[in-house]
Amino acid sequence: MAKARANEHDYHLVDPSPWPIIGSISAFVAAIGLIIWMRSMGDGEGLFGLYGPWVFGIGMISIAGTMFVWWRDVINEAEHQGHHKPVVQLHLRYGMILFIASEVMFFVVWFWGYFDAALFPDEAVQFARTEFTGGQWPPKGVETFDPWDIPLVNTLILLTSGTTVTWAHYALLNDDRRGLILGLVCTIVLGITFTALQVYEYAQATFPFSGSIYGSTFFMATGFHGAHVIIGTIFLTVILLRALAGHFTAKQHFGFEAAAWYWHFVDVVWLFLFASIYVWGAGTPAVH
Amino acid sequence: MAGKSAAAHHDHPTGLKRFLFSTNHKDIGSLYLIFALIGGLVGGLMSIGMRMELQEPGMQFFSNPQLFNTFTTAHGLIMVFFMIMPALFGGFGNWIVPLMIGAPDMAFPRLNNISFWLLPPALALLVISLFVPGPPGGYGVGGGWTIYAPLSTSGSPGPAMDFAILALHLAGASSILSAINFITTIFNMRAPGMTIHKMPLFVWSILITAFLLLLALPVLAGAITMLLTDRNFGTTFFDVTGGGDPVLFQHLFWFFGHPEVYIIVLPAFGLISHVISTFSRKPIFGYLGMAYAMAAIGAIGFVVWAHHMYTAGISLNTQAYFVAATMVIAVPTGIKIFSWIATMWGGSIQFRTPMVWAFGFIFLFTTGGVTGVVLANAGVDRAVHDTYYVVAHFHYTMSLGATFGLFAGWYYWFPKITGYMYSEFIGKLHFWLSFIGVNLIFFPQHFLGLAGMPRRYADYPDAFAGWNYVSSIGSYISGVAVLVFLYGVFMAFRRKEKAAGNPWGEGATTLEWTLSSPPPFHQFERLPRIK
Repeated sequence: MAKARANEHDYHLVDPSPWPIIGSISAFVAAIGLIIWMRSMGDGEGLFGLYGPWVFGIGMISIAGTMFVWWRDVINEAEHQGHHKPVVQLHLRYGMILFIASEVMFFVVWFWGYFDAALFPDEAVQFARTEFTGGQWPPKGVETFDPWDIPLVNTLILLTSGTTVTWAHYALLNDDRRGLILGLVCTIVLGITFTALQVYEYAQATFPFSGSIYGSTFFMATGFHGAHVIIGTIFLTVILLRALAGHFTAKQHFGFEAAAWYWHFVDVVWLFLFASIYVWGAGTPAVH
Repeated sequence: MAGKSAAAHHDHPTGLKRFLFSTNHKDIGSLYLIFALIGGLVGGLMSIGMRMELQEPGMQFFSNPQLFNTFTTAHGLIMVFFMIMPALFGGFGNWIVPLMIGAPDMAFPRLNNISFWLLPPALALLVISLFVPGPPGGYGVGGGWTIYAPLSTSGSPGPAMDFAILALHLAGASSILSAINFITTIFNMRAPGMTIHKMPLFVWSILITAFLLLLALPVLAGAITMLLTDRNFGTTFFDVTGGGDPVLFQHLFWFFGHPEVYIIVLPAFGLISHVISTFSRKPIFGYLGMAYAMAAIGAIGFVVWAHHMYTAGISLNTQAYFVAATMVIAVPTGIKIFSWIATMWGGSIQFRTPMVWAFGFIFLFTTGGVTGVVLANAGVDRAVHDTYYVVAHFHYTMSLGATFGLFAGWYYWFPKITGYMYSEFIGKLHFWLSFIGVNLIFFPQHFLGLAGMPRRYADYPDAFAGWNYVSSIGSYISGVAVLVFLYGVFMAFRRKEKAAGNPWGEGATTLEWTLSSPPPFHQFERLPRIK
């Protein structure tokens, strides 16, 4: 794929690609499918004569497939075609940092919703809310999780996974492939353990998801975090597979760093969730 | 020879593939401009429909008020997300920013393409929403572009609102991705020697706009996700019976919504500086002040959101803060207006079409800014909140200010983008018809608002008939202006009068004028050096 032109710059002029428009069409299908699915729930009749989650499923599978082939191209361009000169690697660093910044703002929303209720459960003008909460946070009748039980264990798990991914990074920098792979495996195992414990904890919840501002803020905030943990775990797994395939050098391994940054970001979000929802927002804890 | 033609083919993809699979910032910029044109025509026709209905008291054309409300809502959403943003940020940003900073393309060309291609599905979802059930017994989303809960939750149980929400999700994803792309491109791909303090002001404006998009749109995404789960999964973020708070939605919406108005107008600020400087044959007055005034507007724009909510029951202390913070924005805005005037002062001014539009921009935007200061006062706002005074105010800033900026940019860069000259006569006819038309529409709306006419109603008492009639006549004149505009574009492509690399002379000093018109498929294979 050597360029016939002699460019005097190191930028990567990307070849035309079908993936963006296929991804957009997939997103369109997923959006329509989500509405069909939502309209099928309960005693819903579906929409446009369609029923159930299958259109949404097709859309999501197409999105996942698009991501796969798109990033396969990126990896080929980086590993085998030599398009990722230092300036292009710098592009990717900027891109990843900015993406994480937008994710931070996304989580701001869920914390905003949480504190809107948790800090002001008894405003005089919001009498309907006061009636629901009993003027307190957590609202009356809500038995919260004991923060020093599973949540503390999960905090320790994520903090430990932050150290193991750093272990993998230093191993990579020192050309220690075995350390790289071991560190990644430990991180992924810790990530899966975290998700498993969250699922277990959700199953123990004595408060409902729907009908209550406590359940809404708790499950949506921790749920979106959980989804990000799963995405981060998948990202790290891809990095592990790439490491096993011999990708990355001590000098060029931006994919690894992006996964590590993302992992640290999920970790930090968890610390805020743990501090504000589990510890500060704890009422009379439920007994496990 | 075979290798050479293969390389040529690689460099110049042709046909559908060139645009559908594009990784070229100029082709993607053209797609954005065409898309914005379509969006503008749809949204503009809706506004003429509304003015036809409001021309006289009573119900004329709309079978029911809900249909009128869906027009209001869709007009707002389409003009914001599918006309102004794709044109100024996506279209001109893509076309001009790499040229101005001496870069061969954007930092992430493939990402650039999905940023564009997410928009047509988003518009399609919004258009579908017009035709599916919304509120009980009605179709479409009629809650206004602000989609406040509970209008958008229990007030609109049909799937129309879900379509609108997912349309905004897709449009938001598109904007976040292109924001990441622009920031990376501007930080990382400036030509050697172009320090951040030598960057053209349009590039500054796109950089600041991109930061606003990056930080504001995820907040909208979260807020409408809450709407979606409240509507479909039983959460109670905005439902008081479950301890929720409808005002929370207003906070989240306007935390996005206020930066959004600067997202709309900042690129116009940037390009107006170039137009004024070019046709005054003088460098822009107070370059650094202009750049940092935009940065200040962007930063302060994040901490004034609740001035949209004075009547929503927020405390007096909160209102006092938001009044003061909002007034502060007048300072950097004033810096910009005065610096544009100071640039013209003593310059050798040419009244070419882009310059005339820039004059129009300054006049109209200043008018909108002045009524903005009026509305910033919580006490005054209590009287005119949700009246036509507000409609007049934000149309003077956005649809007249930003759109006049858009047309200034259109005529300024039309020769560069297409390679053809437009007709000065048609351009100026377009300007004067637009200028008279939009002022006839919106200036009387100040009077209507002060007299107490509320917005978002299909009917009104006879007392408001006079100025409403004038306003509707203005709308038809603007409609004729749009036809003149389209005729001008058509004629420019038909006459094919070749444009020089730099048709504007010595006043045009930025890098895009050093290239041919239109520029080669890939420019700056040898990066320019800035002294």
